[in-house]
Amino acid sequence: METFLGLDYPTWWFLVVGALFSGYGILDGFDFGAGAWHLFFKKEINRKIALNAIGPVWDGNEVWLVIGGGALFAGFPVMYATLFSSLYIPFMLFLVFIIFRAIAIEFRGKEDMAWWRKTWDISYSVSSIMLAFLLGVVLGNILQGIAIGENFMYQGDGFLEFLNPYAIMTGITSLSLFMTHGAIYLLLKTEGRLYAQLTFLLKKGMIFFMVSYGITTLYTLLYIPHLSDDFQNNKILFLVPLLTFLSIANVPRLANKRSFRWAFFFSALTISLLLIMVAIELYPNMLLSTIDPKYSITIYNAASSNKSLQIMLIIAAIGTPLVLGYTAFVYLTFKGKVKLDETSY
Amino acid sequence: MDVEVLSRIQFAFTIAFHYIYPPLSIGIGLFLVIFESLYLYTKNDGYHRLARFWTKIFALTFGIGVVTGIVMEFEFGTNWAVYSRYVGDVFGSALAAEGIFAFALESGFLGVLLFGWNRVKPWVHLLATAGVFFGSMFSAVWIVVANSWQQTPAGFHVVGEGMEARAEITDFWAMVFNPSSVDRVTHVWIGAFLSGAFLVLSIHAYYLLKDRYTDISRRAFKIALVVATIFSLAQLFTGHRSADGVSVNQPAKLAAFEGHFDTSAPADMYLFGWVDKESQKVHGVYIPGGLSFLLHYDFVTPVTGLNAFAPEDRPAQVNAVFQFYHIMISIGMLLIGLSLFGSYLWWKGKIFEYRWLLWVFVFAALLPQVANQVGWFAAEMGRQPWVVYGLLRTSEAFSLAVTKNQVLFSLIMFFVVYTLLFVLFIYLLDRKIKHGPYDESDDDDRPLTKEITEVLT
Repeated sequence: METFLGLDYPTWWFLVVGALFSGYGILDGFDFGAGAWHLFFKKEINRKIALNAIGPVWDGNEVWLVIGGGALFAGFPVMYATLFSSLYIPFMLFLVFIIFRAIAIEFRGKEDMAWWRKTWDISYSVSSIMLAFLLGVVLGNILQGIAIGENFMYQGDGFLEFLNPYAIMTGITSLSLFMTHGAIYLLLKTEGRLYAQLTFLLKKGMIFFMVSYGITTLYTLLYIPHLSDDFQNNKILFLVPLLTFLSIANVPRLANKRSFRWAFFFSALTISLLLIMVAIELYPNMLLSTIDPKYSITIYNAASSNKSLQIMLIIAAIGTPLVLGYTAFVYLTFKGKVKLDETSY
Repeated sequence: MDVEVLSRIQFAFTIAFHYIYPPLSIGIGLFLVIFESLYLYTKNDGYHRLARFWTKIFALTFGIGVVTGIVMEFEFGTNWAVYSRYVGDVFGSALAAEGIFAFALESGFLGVLLFGWNRVKPWVHLLATAGVFFGSMFSAVWIVVANSWQQTPAGFHVVGEGMEARAEITDFWAMVFNPSSVDRVTHVWIGAFLSGAFLVLSIHAYYLLKDRYTDISRRAFKIALVVATIFSLAQLFTGHRSADGVSVNQPAKLAAFEGHFDTSAPADMYLFGWVDKESQKVHGVYIPGGLSFLLHYDFVTPVTGLNAFAPEDRPAQVNAVFQFYHIMISIGMLLIGLSLFGSYLWWKGKIFEYRWLLWVFVFAALLPQVANQVGWFAAEMGRQPWVVYGLLRTSEAFSLAVTKNQVLFSLIMFFVVYTLLFVLFIYLLDRKIKHGPYDESDDDDRPLTKEITEVLT
């Protein structure tokens, strides 16, 4: 098999897709999290500030989903096709919530009527919660594996199978992680009473995350042992869960010191590390078959041709610095606390 | 109805709805760049007002365009899994390039365009606006390239057989510059510019009729009229090039466009008509040998007809394809006529004197929208029964893992959500137009309306 810097092309592309989704998790994670807290803010002005904290960036954050999805489609068409058609209902719900969330952000400030704002506030917050939850649900289903048979054909019942206990747990965990991450982001963008309220909410968020993460970890160790094989058999890889633990522990420590910039860094790092753990455990599989391991989707039977992967690595190599450049430019333009003006939502 | 039909309805519905917005975003984007550049160049506050006002309209269309676009990307995987496996190796790189080169550019700079007016220097803001505009144009490039590859596949080879078969890329640039992509990208771009131009004409014609913001509305109207005239004429050229390409690469589609069945006869060109598939006749008004003339520059050369293809290789809905194609052409001609007539009156110095003409322009905003829609209907229905022309049939491309009830559920859901979305869009658009380019806070420097002028003098 052809290699590049010692790794074969499917592995390279696995890393690219992983990096894109971890970027997506970090970026859209904080704005989903911010949305999840939205109804906790009671005053109109606070809701407006909270919404405008993500105002100029949420659309750019969502691009990472489009790029990540495109990269998965391009790099691993088999995985894209099987995953999306097997989890049809959750993906369709995801789309509806993403639509409702976007229009709530866009439309909320366009009218002054109290009922209008309230409707969109609810729509915004509920869809943010559901999106954070559904991302975790999809991940939970990937971790457990799904009923794939011959020719990568899904054999399950399709309607509500995705909503199994483990997936619900991973869904709650991702929600709690994003809420923690989002609260820290909002703390960076707000002042005064809203800031004070958020320090209080962040504590709750962190407890929510610790508890749900603890339960999910126990659940995984007890009922899905294949997900911890690699870490138990390889001492060096065991560093990754250890780092994850340290990274998580750093978040409350820094939050207590009001060092929210660093706390944000560590909540972002936690998101990455959790996805890296998932990637290590799965590799070289992408989606396990619960019917028979021989039907599982691996990075090799799912990948596009080497030629295609090479072309796209070139595209990614040219494109990534550009994307990071625009992203940095936008975040620098809007750095610091939210200042409302006539262009705000 | 089975999964295939439901999935086709869902895809058609969601893509048609989506396609209301991207052409508007591209078209309005062009005007944002023009207005902002003129403001920087002339320092005239009117252009600044226009740029700010149209940014608000832009924000409305762009937001809906993005979210309804994510739906399209997902549907490849959810509803067309076999298709995704088949084309991923080729199609995927175009889609990935779209995301990374185009979409990131437009969405990245969008924040600065919408919220950066008071935060960055005017020229930096113009740069951000241009970034969004070019990003949206590149988006169109990559997605139309991907679609064109489905129409005229190139730069690939097929590997494997049966369920395992898939197209693999052999030559990236041959895939990008497949036989139809250049003609179709330009055709789509210009269709988008016309959507924008006629919307600008429409809204400012409305203001002129209501005697509001007359100074800036006259400026905007004239600029849009120039854009409309140039591009409605240019569209004739790209449209002709496109049809020429179709005659070479997808003869069955071209035959369906004109309802041409007989293979050994010269083909007529209809102005309008009705295709009777049973008797293989078209009833309507036509130019004998007109299609032959357009393709071969004489009236007698035979054109490949539908009968040259096995029945299972022909588009099933010949009459629908015929109608959509002819509606598009008729609207194209109407737009040329309208913009040339407008330009003529401008030259005569009478452009704002005819109220009825301004009213025509108010409603003409719908015409490019309809033309864009039916043009795509003709292109995509004419491609049938293939999803990838000559390689993969639509009837073999849908997701086998998905059940009828699932698609029915999502179809109803999209129908409800999109209806709501459309109503809200129209409501808010109407509000923005009624509100106009000035805020209450800058009441004082608002140009005088007719009523105020009358009171004062």
